[in-house]
Amino acid sequence: MELWYTICRATGADMLQWQFMCNALLAILLMAPLFGIMSTMVVTGRMSFFSDALGHSAFTGIAIGCICGMAMPIWAAVIFSLVFSLLFSFVRSRSNQAADTLIGVFSSAAVALGIFVATLGGGSFTKYNKYLIGDILSITPGEIGLLAIVLAGVLVLWVLLSNRLTLTVVYPQLASSRGMRSGLTQTVFSAAIAVVVTLTISSVGLLILNSLLVLPGASARNVAKNMRQYHVFSVLFALFSGIGGLIVSYVWGSSAGAAISLMLAMIFAITFALRKVRV
Amino acid sequence: MKLFFHGGGCGDACCLRIQDLSVKYGETCIFEHVNLHVHCGEMVALIGPNGAGKSTLLKAILGQQEYDGVIAFSSPGARDRRPRMGYVPQSPTFDPGDPLSVADLFACCMSKRPAFLGVSRSMREKVLECLDRVHATDLIDKRVGTLSGGELQRVLLALALEPLPNILILDEPLSGVDVEGIHTLMDMLDEIRKEYDLSILMTTHDFSILPKYADQVILMDHGMKIQGTPAEVLASDAFRTAFHVKGGQ
Repeated sequence: MELWYTICRATGADMLQWQFMCNALLAILLMAPLFGIMSTMVVTGRMSFFSDALGHSAFTGIAIGCICGMAMPIWAAVIFSLVFSLLFSFVRSRSNQAADTLIGVFSSAAVALGIFVATLGGGSFTKYNKYLIGDILSITPGEIGLLAIVLAGVLVLWVLLSNRLTLTVVYPQLASSRGMRSGLTQTVFSAAIAVVVTLTISSVGLLILNSLLVLPGASARNVAKNMRQYHVFSVLFALFSGIGGLIVSYVWGSSAGAAISLMLAMIFAITFALRKVRV
Repeated sequence: MKLFFHGGGCGDACCLRIQDLSVKYGETCIFEHVNLHVHCGEMVALIGPNGAGKSTLLKAILGQQEYDGVIAFSSPGARDRRPRMGYVPQSPTFDPGDPLSVADLFACCMSKRPAFLGVSRSMREKVLECLDRVHATDLIDKRVGTLSGGELQRVLLALALEPLPNILILDEPLSGVDVEGIHTLMDMLDEIRKEYDLSILMTTHDFSILPKYADQVILMDHGMKIQGTPAEVLASDAFRTAFHVKGGQ
């Protein structure tokens, strides 16, 4: 970390004289490839609502963890959201309901359970707020280390699984005819989203998490012609809006998460306009 | 090269032999007592109303569906060894916005290297080779979602032909293809069958192509109703009953 702070200070930028800004910038440099890559498949696989639901279910896991007296309720949340995503995959493969309907069912049940558990015996849930309203500006070096580990994990998963996953998502019949176990691939991917969302939510916050999981992929989809461009654009958009949003929030003194999300929305609008020209 | 094994009871070299095949989902019987022979190099068309069990039969042959009965293969060189099967599933509706190029689709199926790193030069040459078999090399950089029905079928066919199969199985290859495209596609299948000496089993609702292209037609309706030459089947009472065709048509 010290090396990173030295580099930051050496740039001479006004903003980077603050340690928390250096932390936030490093976090963004890790988050851009992480969420940029994941969002391509979240968008293609129509899972954006699913990742949103997971964000809410993470809260339930944290509440349960607190009730059980765990020192690190975040791990309870990881286990809970893993169960949530596995159960969801199981029901989805055996139900004739549309995926968004099932997500609605799971998400409301999870949120209700969380509030029920948290308020049990007349408790209030304001003490859980710090897990829900994380802020990128208050990210700690420990949490940045966690982001780096998550990123490495996702990269490995992507190298091993992305071909199978792409085929499963766009053309399941072809995938199974080629001997790929599409159900298993789908489940591993849902579980990966669950772990990533839960581990990162308390450090980066729900707002930025959801926009980073959907918008870079959605914008890249507007302009990309093949898988390589799709991934490259998605990561670049995440990187650009992450850094840009951080600068804007510093200069104008507003919420960093909101600024980053707004930058992403703006990129979506621009790529949408370009898409019209291309077609 | 005509080294095909003679299957049990077949006059001709028999590539695929199905005896007393039944598929049930719980209490529901999809079809039962199906017997059929597909000879080597033959084009066999499977027809029948919707829900007759055609796609399920194809899945059973592909080993994706549990069944009762016997499915036996005789492939060149080794008796009853599973032959290579090429399969073109019912064509999906690709989202036109998906940034998946034809080259990406091939790379996802054929290569271990992740497609998001880009398609390597050697892979690209291989894809071009595959597409050349169906005269579609110009489609390599197009996104799959923007292909027309006929173009998509050609691409999927090229994919099923790599590695070259002994039996090619197509599920409704003509749906969503315009009249001109149907003839291009059928001519191409005919050409491929002769050139690579493979058998083709396909389901279809388009009866107009049967006399010209099919060697054998099988009518299914929860079981096998009739099997014969196109002329025999199209003139049969079973055909009229299955499709509610008024007398004499």
